[in-house]
Amino acid sequence: MGDKTVVTVTVNGEEHEALIEPRLLLVHLIRESLHLTGTHIGCDTSSCGTCTVLLDGRPVKSCTVLAVQANGRAVSTVEGLEGPDGLHPVQEGFKEEHGLQCGYCTPGMMMTSVALLAENPDPSEQEIREAISGNLCRCTGYVNIVKAVQYAAAKEGVTA
Amino acid sequence: MLPSSFAYVAPTTVDEAVQALAAGGGDAKVVAGGQSLLPMMKLRLAAPGTLVDINGIAGLDVLEEADGMLRIGALVRHGDLERSALVRDRYPIIHDAARHIADPLIRNRGTFCGSIAHGDPAGDWATVASALNAELHAVGPDGPAVHSARDFQTGMFETRLGLDQVLVEARIPQPVAGQGSAYLKVERKVGDYAAAAVGVVVVLDGDTVTEAGIGLTNVGPLTIDAAAAAASLVGRSIDDAAALEEAGRLAMEASDPPSDLRGPAEYKQDLVRVLTKRALRTAGARARGEQA
Ligand SMILES: Cc1cc2nc3c(=O)[nH]c(=O)nc-3n(C[C@H](O)[C@H](O)[C@H](O)COP(=O)(O)OP(=O)(O)OC[C@H]3O[C@@H](n4cnc5c(N)ncnc54)[C@H](O)[C@@H]3O)c2cc1C
Ligand code: FES
Ligand code: FES
Repeated sequence: MGDKTVVTVTVNGEEHEALIEPRLLLVHLIRESLHLTGTHIGCDTSSCGTCTVLLDGRPVKSCTVLAVQANGRAVSTVEGLEGPDGLHPVQEGFKEEHGLQCGYCTPGMMMTSVALLAENPDPSEQEIREAISGNLCRCTGYVNIVKAVQYAAAKEGVTA
Repeated sequence: MLPSSFAYVAPTTVDEAVQALAAGGGDAKVVAGGQSLLPMMKLRLAAPGTLVDINGIAGLDVLEEADGMLRIGALVRHGDLERSALVRDRYPIIHDAARHIADPLIRNRGTFCGSIAHGDPAGDWATVASALNAELHAVGPDGPAVHSARDFQTGMFETRLGLDQVLVEARIPQPVAGQGSAYLKVERKVGDYAAAAVGVVVVLDGDTVTEAGIGLTNVGPLTIDAAAAAASLVGRSIDDAAALEEAGRLAMEASDPPSDLRGPAEYKQDLVRVLTKRALRTAGARARGEQA
């Protein structure tokens, strides 16, 4: 029972193999096996969204997915956002618009925002607020987070 | 928080899944979206010996109309329903509910069928399925079995689904001419279960109600099929305020909510009365094509 099993997960474009227990949560694979600690654990009760990563392009709470369930699939974390030309427009938006204070919620917020803009490049304020409604922020009051996403949408609109 | 150890099986067919459940002898559980089961396992409220992951079974993500029914496969996620144009245009009650289940992140994993299989009276989909008079198609060692959504739940977290059965899909009758539907939920915040929610489906001939279904969420130990409230509407005008008031009162009488963090019982009962009337008005308007 609970025998270890080998999984292959593509994280930020790079294939990783790991020998894991089936009960290992995806967030622990990411943080403890792959040492990508940008993805945070906030509540561990599926409520806060700071553990958000993209699983095959869709934002999910990595504390509520088993690592074995990511076998053969693609995971994107905040570490994968920065490109050869520098910060991702969403990261730049959070920096320019002061979209963070303590920064604890920020990785999850940014991953959710990236997925939103991939699906809806020109979201309304209401659509942004709905998209991030599963990501809790204790500091900012959300106003500047919305502005950060709007900044990224405008910037991506120019480059696209 | 890690769950207790378990054996993990990832079948690629429904038959293999059924065999794995049987081999687990009552100590095996299906995992679909995992958005109810994994939180319970992390809190050690559940500790199945074997987890049968159905996410790798091809074809269970079916979401289509066929033979007069809408088929919702066991891997159709809340978010798939929220984003579906077919659902938005033809099944407004499903679209309404999808937008208010949990939060957008949970909605990318959690499934319609998993929510119904969970047997939680707070689950929104069981109510929607009841109002729409859905069929629940399961497969077990003895072959297929069909359950009605209207009496599927038998207790708190208990349903008619056998421990060795996989719920494969829900089938919902396609809307007939003059049909309208709506789901109204009052929640304290995004990601919270309903303080109370009401799902209604009506079929109109002119202004006259010829058929109705009303379901209630989180206002009693079971998902509630408010059959008396629905029956009271048949033969009456959807514009008759007294008829709607009576349906609201009967729905309220069918509810039996506890007083808890989401409010006192009296408040929730009155929510049921008011939401029933409002949902009926919206469904009526939609049936006549007056409102999206
Ligand atoms: C923070 C949070 C907020 C939430 N808010 C809401 C809400 O407002 N409204 C709401 O309705 N729900 C809510 N949920 C629950 C969510 O909708 C779940 O997705 C749903 O209850 C279960 O579906 P699942 O696919 O995730 O099932 P799982 O968690 O995988 O399984 C749940 C149970 O059903 C069984 N099961 C699942 N699929 C099958 C199948 N095909 N055949 C046989 N058995 C099966 C499992 O064995 C298990 O016992 C919330 C969850 C969280 C974490
Ligand atoms: S740590 Fe995953 S939702 Fe809070
Ligand atoms: S910046 Fe502190 S929680 Fe969001």
